[in-house]
Amino acid sequence: MILAAFSDFMQQVVSGLASGGIYALLALALVIIHRSTGVINFAQGEMATLSTYIAWALIAHHGWRYGPAFVATLAVSFVGGVGIHRVVIRPVERGSVLRIVIVTIGLLVAINGFVIWEWGGEPQQLQSPFGTDTYTIGGVVVAAHDIGTIVVALGIVFLLWALFQFTKVGLALRAAAVNPEEARLVGVRVSWMLALGWGLAALLGAVAGMLTAPTVGLDPNMMAAVLIYSFAAAVLGGIDSPLGAVVGGLLIGVLLNMLSYLSQYGIFDWFTEELRLPMALLVILGVLLVRPQGMFGQPEVKRV
Amino acid sequence: MTTLLELDRVAARYGPVQALSDVSLVVREGEVVAVLGANGAGKTTTLRAISGTVSRTGGIELEGKQLKGGPEAAARAGIAHVPEGRGTFVDLTVTENLRLGAYARRDRSVKADVKRVGEYFPWMVERGSQRAGTLSGGEQQMLALGRALMSRPRLMLLDEPSLGLAPLIVREFFRIVRRLNEDEGLTVLVVEQDARIALAASSRAYVLEVGRVALTGTSAELRDDESIRRSYLGY
Repeated sequence: MILAAFSDFMQQVVSGLASGGIYALLALALVIIHRSTGVINFAQGEMATLSTYIAWALIAHHGWRYGPAFVATLAVSFVGGVGIHRVVIRPVERGSVLRIVIVTIGLLVAINGFVIWEWGGEPQQLQSPFGTDTYTIGGVVVAAHDIGTIVVALGIVFLLWALFQFTKVGLALRAAAVNPEEARLVGVRVSWMLALGWGLAALLGAVAGMLTAPTVGLDPNMMAAVLIYSFAAAVLGGIDSPLGAVVGGLLIGVLLNMLSYLSQYGIFDWFTEELRLPMALLVILGVLLVRPQGMFGQPEVKRV
Repeated sequence: MTTLLELDRVAARYGPVQALSDVSLVVREGEVVAVLGANGAGKTTTLRAISGTVSRTGGIELEGKQLKGGPEAAARAGIAHVPEGRGTFVDLTVTENLRLGAYARRDRSVKADVKRVGEYFPWMVERGSQRAGTLSGGEQQMLALGRALMSRPRLMLLDEPSLGLAPLIVREFFRIVRRLNEDEGLTVLVVEQDARIALAASSRAYVLEVGRVALTGTSAELRDDESIRRSYLGY
């Protein structure tokens, strides 16, 4: 009994980390755009959905294998993200934050409409690159897709960290985000750096979408809930903190699964699957009230 | 000496406010030139016009070539602008600040240059991983200078480096500028409120008054003329 409870517990942790990894990727995308453009990109989820449909169309309609379709989707998404910044965001960037927010909401609606117009509203099936196998490790049953998701998510996070930390363009991206005026004085083309940030965010979203679709099914609104969890992750970690986004994402994923797990054993027995989204909103509200800068964010202090 | 920078009847405005109406000046290769004047005379705007941070009319030539475009272009043309109020990236480390200084350069000798800057400022090497925001005001100003050096500039623009710093640190700062000028032939255009220290560090100076050049001469002349000192420089 206790052993069963333990292996069940571990299963919930692993699958929580897998969904948490996806939240982390999308939260990271939100953080990158927030740091550079100063807004929450409400279209982030729909951008990811569109990317996933592109991958699916390449595989289902054009007979591509998963690997090339994955890489092509990342490339198209990156270019698309850069394009969205150049064409739609840049013209309103100098205006108020509200204008940019409204543009991202417009993008959300437009992309969602485009996906339905192009591919229809009925759910589709995107295969998992890791197959549908499950493994039993020490009595704990884990899905190959979950393990693969965790590995890919952490791998992408690591690559991104290395890009920001060790490359010249990464340094310029950070400089442009924290101090655009100074960055221009040392020769950084700030506007292109912001576009690059949008490209990276779109790429992260593409990965998140392609990892989400195999478990929840591909449909035009599949990222809506994921985006809410990612909001919660980003807010929990600190909306300007990349590290916070990752930790926040994993925490939210595991936390929600823990509630499900405990409710089976009579603790928090009021918790049902329908309460997952409200819980995420509760986290957002709680963090904003108690510690607005999140776990890893710094409260705004300016040295004069 | 050959002319490095030439401003020909430059004017600039912020919205409806005319900040510069008519500034012509020349900086020759290897000179330290000071721009003096009261608050609001247009000193800072002159530097901002040169680096393209503010839109301007009139001619600005560097090595005989017209400067066009914004600050990115100016940085690529070899102008290192150290703005008023330090101008360091406070969230980045000392080393990252220095690396950013070399951003516009295409060659790969950045590491060697960090070392070279370290000869003037040994602490920047020792404390390379410290966040710039945690440095003292004086250290941040030195870091801004070090970062500007990293670009191997043709011309360095210094905006009010003495602002908010203790006199001892200001003297140290100008001593290093002096050394860079003598040892490496660095050309500097420095804007200063503190006329006394600027005249001591420069070879020539321009005095601005409400957006135009009121007078110019060698720093020694301006320093020694008591009526100029009284009416324009206030000391």
